[in-house]
Amino acid sequence: MLEVRDITCVFGGLVALDRVSFTAQRGEITGVIGPNGAGKTTLFNIVSGIYQRTAGSIVFGDLDVSGLPPERLARHGLVRTFQNIELFGQMTVLENVMVGLHTKSTSGLLACALRLPWQRREEKKIRSRARELLDYVGIPDLADQSAASLPFGQGRLLEIARALALEPQLLSMDEPAAGLNSRETWQLGELIRRIRQDGVTVLLVEHDMELVMDVCDRIIVLNLGQKLAEGTPRQIQENRAVIAAYLGEG
Amino acid sequence: MRREWFKFALYALIVLLAPLCVNGGYLLNVLVFVGINTLLAVGLNLLLGFAGQISLGQAAFYGLGAYGSGVLTASYGWNPWLALVAAALTVGVLAFAIGFPILKLKGHYLAMATLGFGIIVFIVFNEYVDITGGPSGLPGIPNLTAAGMTFDSDLKNFYLIWAVVLTVVLLAINLVHSRIGRALRAIHDSEVAARVLGVNARLLKVQIFTCSAVISCIAGSLYAHTVTFISPASFGFHFSIELLTMVIIGGLGSIYGSCLGAALLTLLPEMLRTFQDYDIVVYGFLLVAMTMFLPGGLVQGGGLLLSQLKRLWPGRGGNNA
Amino acid sequence: MDFSQQLTQYLLSGLATGAIYALIGIGFAIIYNSTGIINFAQGELVMIGGMLGVYLLERWQVPLFLAVLLAIVGTACVGVLFERLAIRPLRQPTPLSLVIITIGGSILLRGIAMLLWGKDTHALPSFSGDAPLAVAGATLLPQHLWIFALTILLITATKLFFQYTITGKALRACAVNRRAAGLVGIDVRRMVLFSFFISAAIGALAGIIIAPLTMTSYDVGIMLGLKGFCAAIIGGMSSGIGTVLGGILLGILESLGAGLISSGYKDAIAFIILLLILFLRPQGLFSRGESERV
Repeated sequence: MLEVRDITCVFGGLVALDRVSFTAQRGEITGVIGPNGAGKTTLFNIVSGIYQRTAGSIVFGDLDVSGLPPERLARHGLVRTFQNIELFGQMTVLENVMVGLHTKSTSGLLACALRLPWQRREEKKIRSRARELLDYVGIPDLADQSAASLPFGQGRLLEIARALALEPQLLSMDEPAAGLNSRETWQLGELIRRIRQDGVTVLLVEHDMELVMDVCDRIIVLNLGQKLAEGTPRQIQENRAVIAAYLGEG
Repeated sequence: MRREWFKFALYALIVLLAPLCVNGGYLLNVLVFVGINTLLAVGLNLLLGFAGQISLGQAAFYGLGAYGSGVLTASYGWNPWLALVAAALTVGVLAFAIGFPILKLKGHYLAMATLGFGIIVFIVFNEYVDITGGPSGLPGIPNLTAAGMTFDSDLKNFYLIWAVVLTVVLLAINLVHSRIGRALRAIHDSEVAARVLGVNARLLKVQIFTCSAVISCIAGSLYAHTVTFISPASFGFHFSIELLTMVIIGGLGSIYGSCLGAALLTLLPEMLRTFQDYDIVVYGFLLVAMTMFLPGGLVQGGGLLLSQLKRLWPGRGGNNA
Repeated sequence: MDFSQQLTQYLLSGLATGAIYALIGIGFAIIYNSTGIINFAQGELVMIGGMLGVYLLERWQVPLFLAVLLAIVGTACVGVLFERLAIRPLRQPTPLSLVIITIGGSILLRGIAMLLWGKDTHALPSFSGDAPLAVAGATLLPQHLWIFALTILLITATKLFFQYTITGKALRACAVNRRAAGLVGIDVRRMVLFSFFISAAIGALAGIIIAPLTMTSYDVGIMLGLKGFCAAIIGGMSSGIGTVLGGILLGILESLGAGLISSGYKDAIAFIILLLILFLRPQGLFSRGESERV
């Protein structure tokens, strides 16, 4: 579904990524792991349109999406979450999810200012759909709380609900387990599996090995800007080069 | 949403009854200007408070509306309503065109660019003497007329202008509580997250910038027809700062806050006539103090006060946690 | 004067004003490079330098050289106070609140200047008289020479300072990576204070040496500040040669525009250039190119 072909990224004199290629298959959960500095975040930001690649291409489905900005990618069904959860702090939890439904609604400036009938109907639909999504991720009672007041774990869930509002084909998650305790991580794993079951392909960058090995169908290992290995969790666990990269040689 | 209707009805009632409480005369004249400043403040707040884009050049669009209407009616005999619409459309197109390059800038760069734009327009008002009359101003602007009635008294202008203000406030409230309003606030909080969710931040910012400019332009036209004489001095950097202060005092992101800020900053200087020259000191101080201690403006302050009062109310001997 | 003489005249006076813009621009760049803040009040600090100089000279009859020195130190202290009172205590330094506070602070400074010194324009006497000198068919005033000399001196001094002194290197370190600088033991907050001190001092010098030519009053700060900012933008926010070239370019274009097109629109020229640069090449004309991040 998502094909990353020979992506290279050079910042000044630093080669952050060197001809990295892999494929995230439709309906699978693909994980990207690697020691610090491996280039995971850079790769992720390129895939989500926030950085520009120096060379290579990204193909989504049968569409070349290389270099498209995030808002265009969203309309093609690619959405991501952030490691530091970029919530809209000024708004309530429900309103955050409602922003996620922006592309699912069409009322323009004039219609909204004049509160035309069809805008009002659309608003009701947005509101109820947002509640459904909060329910899906497990935080239905927090709807009217300020987003900034949420503890980190619930903020993480809110961000996922918001991303799912787009009904994406591919959901990319940047270290979703960061900052979560083991119980929350386990719940996250369950949620990710449920998301996959409902037809969304998932791409994951993660440090938490337990989560990765537990949840991913396929794992890509990066090291120093290059792809080191690719395979099932079992294969990766037994791969000597991967072990060496994490634990050091000798 | 019902709550919003109630608030608006209350506000409209206060406005409509105000002339009766004021007994005409000087104060009524000031209230007319409160209306014009409210229009401008609400327009700026949409851009600054909701979309989070700073503009120090609002006075330019205000002036373009005033001079546009003024010149077309006084020098070329146009129908004032036609002139108003023509000015608004022209400014709309101009703002839309400038909006794209200008709103790529952020923070101080945007502030400087809008400031520069404002000053350029101000210089044109001053130098293009053939058309604008230069520093000595443009006299002879006719009053607006409608249905056989000429708007030449404070009372008539009050209702005319406030009719426009109330309409714009209503539209703004609707906008703020809609998907567009949410998208704007999202852009303000985290533009990257908004974009990732598919919000076309660039276009939306430009659209709001244009709306804000058109509202300012209309305010300018109304101003010109009310005072019948305009000069460049009213449309410089000083006024842009005054507007900024109104919005900040009232509270960024609160439409009624802007109404309050506009009212305060228009009425107070009139009541404290002796402090005429000190106004820039006061504005500067208010901007700094508000940003440091009460970033949500008086609306936030009012909210805090209210919650403190609520705490003190039940049981005088009770424990406050 | 024939045309080539006129042209030389425009070029020379443009060079002088350009030098001033360069100085002001460097003030912007120093603070920006060490704090990431654009000090909106820089123009007001320039104004305060000039006004303070006038005040000391006229009211207190302080000899010129001493007045200049005291004015510079005084303004530097104002700059430091500004950072301490307006910028440091900010609890939530969102970009928007920084912008608004620096704007508010600059207006406050202007208001206070107006209260203290009134609205009149004041003139500072030229440093070494007004006898014009003939250079290549154009007229140069001694003050122009002072401007050139002091600007070159100052640029060299700052270059040496940043290159060879510990504090200078510490400031550069803060500019490149604040956190890393803090981690190696540089007192970042003190560096910030220091950068405000230097910028204010440089700004004050600029305000003083231009005052004999263009008069000074409480509201010259905005224009000078914006034009200095423009010079810094053209120079890519460099605290060295880039901004100097930017200032010179701006000064000359402005002077040529005023002379050849119209003097009323002179100020508009600077701002049109500012807008063009910001729109088309915000990283400046004279900066070393960086790799583009979206």
